[in-house]
Amino acid sequence: MTPPDQATLHRAITTPNLAPPGGLSDGHGRPAGRRFWVYRNNVAVSLREALRTGFPAVASLIGEQNFSTVARTYAQENPPDSPLLMLYGAGFPAFLDGFEPLAHIRYLGDVARLEHAMRRAYHAADSAAICSGTLRAIALKTLMDSSANLAPATTIVRSVWPVHAIRAYALDPSNPKPAATPQNVLITRPDFDPVATPLPAGGAEFVEALARGATFAEAHDQAAATASGFDPAFTLGLLLDGAAIASLNMKNGNY
Amino acid sequence: MPHPPHDSLPHAPGVGYKPQHYGDIIADPAPVEWLEIHAENYMGDGGRPLAQLEHLARRFAISVHGVGLSIGGEAPLDRDHLARLRHLCDWLQPASFSEHLAWSTHEGAFLNDLLPLPYTNATLARVAAHIDDVQQTLGRQMLLENPSSYLAFDESTWAEPDFMHELALRTGCGLLLDVNNVFVSATNLGYEPRAYIDAYPLDLVGEIHVGGHDQDHDDHDAPLLIDSHGRVVVEPVWALLDDTLARGGRRPVLVEWDTDVPDWPVLAAEARRAATALQNVHSTPRSVPGTDRETA
Amino acid sequence: MSKHMTTLAVAGAFATALAAHGTDARAQAKEKCFGVALAGQNDCAAGPGTTCAGTSTVDFQGNAWKMVDAGTCLEIDLPDMADGSPREGALEPLKRDIPS
Repeated sequence: MTPPDQATLHRAITTPNLAPPGGLSDGHGRPAGRRFWVYRNNVAVSLREALRTGFPAVASLIGEQNFSTVARTYAQENPPDSPLLMLYGAGFPAFLDGFEPLAHIRYLGDVARLEHAMRRAYHAADSAAICSGTLRAIALKTLMDSSANLAPATTIVRSVWPVHAIRAYALDPSNPKPAATPQNVLITRPDFDPVATPLPAGGAEFVEALARGATFAEAHDQAAATASGFDPAFTLGLLLDGAAIASLNMKNGNY
Repeated sequence: MPHPPHDSLPHAPGVGYKPQHYGDIIADPAPVEWLEIHAENYMGDGGRPLAQLEHLARRFAISVHGVGLSIGGEAPLDRDHLARLRHLCDWLQPASFSEHLAWSTHEGAFLNDLLPLPYTNATLARVAAHIDDVQQTLGRQMLLENPSSYLAFDESTWAEPDFMHELALRTGCGLLLDVNNVFVSATNLGYEPRAYIDAYPLDLVGEIHVGGHDQDHDDHDAPLLIDSHGRVVVEPVWALLDDTLARGGRRPVLVEWDTDVPDWPVLAAEARRAATALQNVHSTPRSVPGTDRETA
Repeated sequence: MSKHMTTLAVAGAFATALAAHGTDARAQAKEKCFGVALAGQNDCAAGPGTTCAGTSTVDFQGNAWKMVDAGTCLEIDLPDMADGSPREGALEPLKRDIPS
């Protein structure tokens, strides 16, 4: 019998219901049999648990057993492409979007998107943050013509669903039940814990414009074009509280 | 990273570090004197994991334990992953780096388990080349850990302790002896764990692991132990540790607890048991790779 | 809105934001929060880690998709979306026993 190579072992480990490869024994000359299942089971359970750890709100929303089924299916089709499991499941939101049995829970993919974005923010590079004292010392006109370098953890998740409220409720039912409001969410990481906050209309456009390198004045115009009467005070406050403005690019040099 | 140098792991108890224990460890780590981390969990760009690690490394010797390099893989080592390991080791300057005699990646897919390989001349040459590659890239000696086995390959021509010994001779790597893995493998494959320890080159061992396992059974109702790291270390494994230390002398001893992680006092109690085992040893090995040399 | 008015509006907002936010106490708090997540639910933001252990938890491998339990979303009752998009059962209870 040809000894099993790793391609054979890999196929047998990742394919449900496939017989164990030959050439493996129990140490007493008998076929390995269900001993081989230990590996298949370790892989299936550990990847399923990795997804459960990474998407607790999705798991809460559809229930543990349903989550196990969908997570196992995803892991079989999309094993991690690196040993860095901290960010495993980047494709899970899109997978949920297209997963027919769950198609009626249309917000599920966006909840997963928000959860994965929170994880990316948790592990994002550290960044200096400009402090409000520094900003106060700069003439407002100069500030308006400046652009910002946002901290790497700063992220926007857009949704037509009340995705922030759904996640909060799923993780803790003592939170208010979601109201029928689309929510774009800003994620910042003031220190080590990501903070997710729903943005007012125009807020996502404002932050995304800043991320593209627009000046504060330009970002305001772009936000106001989407949401007339856009008041940037709240969103700016979130960025400042969230340590999201790493530095400024001013016409006369950087700060 | 500026911190007092920890060139070696102390011949004392260590534990696998879990972030939920951070506060307890800072407040009172006794009897734990060193910590082991999984390399892959500290390869993010920043945030709390690296901040905690930097803080801990000022106070404790750190062992970096890789679980994803796939050193037993048929394919060449993943250069990106090696570069990440090097980056981590260059930054942290850990007291020790170790990996497993196992594979986990096939054609780019990472399976998050330590998968077995046959012990033949061909796999010996391949694993030795991979260890050379690691040691060259990292610029340091590594320790190689014996696996838990649930089955055996018919094609194997080497006994596992001899295979490990030969790898160490060929590459100059040190060895990590997991006595729970020895107990698990010996039970599963039907050999005497003490015979394995007798055959293992203890003078090349730079670190010892103990951990808990679960009990299952195979098709013939023979016991099948699963290396789950999810409960206390059983008495026969402590006894095997006692024997190993009596034969080979003191070593850094790590308690591994990776699933259903308990509160700190439970883990600290396991570490105290390891401390007792270490205190009962009086002899000292002649030469231990990558660890303290005692003068007593 | 003229360019000038835009600048005034944003400058005013900036002044408001600067006045209300961003005290500089953060640096002092930082050392203390290595070990503790500020809000319990953020603990999960770390996500999964690696394992070097096996498991005796058995993964049952059913072939058919079968809803066997349900989670929180059963209890969420959401009226039509504010933007007018219909519910279409979007937040209604899970269908049960959907064949694969």
